[in-house]
Amino acid sequence: MNEQITRHEYIQELAILQQRVSAMGNASAEAIKKAMQALIEKNKPLAQQVMDEDDRIDDMIVEIENRCLLLIAKQQPIAHDLRIIATGFKISTDIERIGDHAFDIARTTLELPEGATDTQEHFRFIITLADCATKMLETAIHSYETADITLAEQVCRQDEEMDRQFAQAFQECSPLMSKGAAGVRLGTQLLFIAHFLERIGDHAVNIAEWVIYLETAERIRKAKK
Amino acid sequence: MEYKLQIKNMNFFYGKSQALYDINLDVPKNSIMAFIGPSGCGKSTFLKSLNRMNDLIEGTRVEGELLLDGNDIYAADTDVVELRQHVGMVFQRPNPFPMSIYDNIAYGCRIHGTRQKKLLDEIVEKSLHRAALWDEVKDRLTAPATGLSGGQQQRLCIARTLAVEPEVLLMDEPCSALDPISTMKIEELVSELKVLYTIVMVTHNMQQAARVSDYTAFFLNGKLVECASTDTIFTKPQHKQTEDYITGRFG
Ligand SMILES: Nc1ncnc2c1ncn2[C@@H]1O[C@H](COP(=O)(O)OP(=O)(O)O)[C@@H](O)[C@H]1O
Ligand SMILES: [Mg+2]
Repeated sequence: MNEQITRHEYIQELAILQQRVSAMGNASAEAIKKAMQALIEKNKPLAQQVMDEDDRIDDMIVEIENRCLLLIAKQQPIAHDLRIIATGFKISTDIERIGDHAFDIARTTLELPEGATDTQEHFRFIITLADCATKMLETAIHSYETADITLAEQVCRQDEEMDRQFAQAFQECSPLMSKGAAGVRLGTQLLFIAHFLERIGDHAVNIAEWVIYLETAERIRKAKK
Repeated sequence: MEYKLQIKNMNFFYGKSQALYDINLDVPKNSIMAFIGPSGCGKSTFLKSLNRMNDLIEGTRVEGELLLDGNDIYAADTDVVELRQHVGMVFQRPNPFPMSIYDNIAYGCRIHGTRQKKLLDEIVEKSLHRAALWDEVKDRLTAPATGLSGGQQQRLCIARTLAVEPEVLLMDEPCSALDPISTMKIEELVSELKVLYTIVMVTHNMQQAARVSDYTAFFLNGKLVECASTDTIFTKPQHKQTEDYITGRFG
């Protein structure tokens, strides 16, 4: 019996699919970083750029979905191969939402009141939250690229830290709320951004859970929200 | 779980050359088990040793224990003719006898001593019904079986096997010579038959194994690599060799 490797093209197509998913993940991480930079620097053109570039991420998901559908139609994937495709659908959906939240952060930046209050000190907790969310996302994508379950599990655990920081954000925003209309407006917008970041963390956890499923075929229990 | 067939520490030899190595396998009653694996890995040899078809080949030798309902298939006092009545076999190429459709089905029963016309009529009709062929042939029972299409011939062979009321149905690549529609008909038929029989089917079609079987056994180089529920084999096989085979990475 000759045991030669077969289905070269199929294996290649699966590899390309995974590359496209991780490229999309990295694009969304870039978008968050840019959106945060725009916020901190009050750089409205950069915020606008983030919003414009979201279309690119939306195009990527369509391409990924098409690849997944073609592979199912033509190759009858099973076992790990099938999980690459199933998680391709799921992970790209999470990434697309992350991209939307980067868009939301950029839009909120455009709407921030001009200079009224010194915002820098209030950005501190937002920056901490953003660092945490970005790190979770990057770790999740990295665990996907390297099939590293230990990394994926790390991301799932970071969710608690993220929730704790989000609770902190509420506290830090309350003084703003007693500083008149402008303070309330700023406080509300910062809380919105904190909320977007917290959602990004949740999507990163989803991605990590799909990575665990991809590599082990085990579904881990969803963290209750 | 009740097992129809139990195989323990089985080795098989064609003369000096060993074809099967230390096979341990249990087949649950009223289930469909698929045998998969590359050509020459021993699937047919294993199947044929379950009804002692290999006895017909000079120089073959079986070691270990093969049990049908707990009884040793290779015991000295086993009546081989009766064994083959209990454990029927359908082959890769439909092999109808050169006689009428009716006589093909009645053949085995006549050999086993049934002569009454009325009883034979009943058996022929029942068997053709079970093999999902009755409606297609009821008006031409006296026509030669060789005039049927390939898919019909294979269902005729299944009907012929069912006519002697077996308990186990062995099928060696029963669809490999059939077109897709005939294949689907056989698959549907097999799924219906498991209520009455225990079925072991060799197939080279992974999707077919996935669609019809409850359990899947993967053979490689004369060894049983793993056997588990079909759901497990096709989602999360234990061995990399199994996953590489079912995903078509070697063959
Ligand atoms: N009649 C025979 N005499 C000697 N060797 C045989 C005979 N039939 C099969 N073999 C050998 O036994 C091994 C298993 O064959 P077989 O059971 O037909 O495999 P499979 O059905 O999985 O293709 C092969 O190496 C084959 O060459
Ligand atoms: Mg064979």
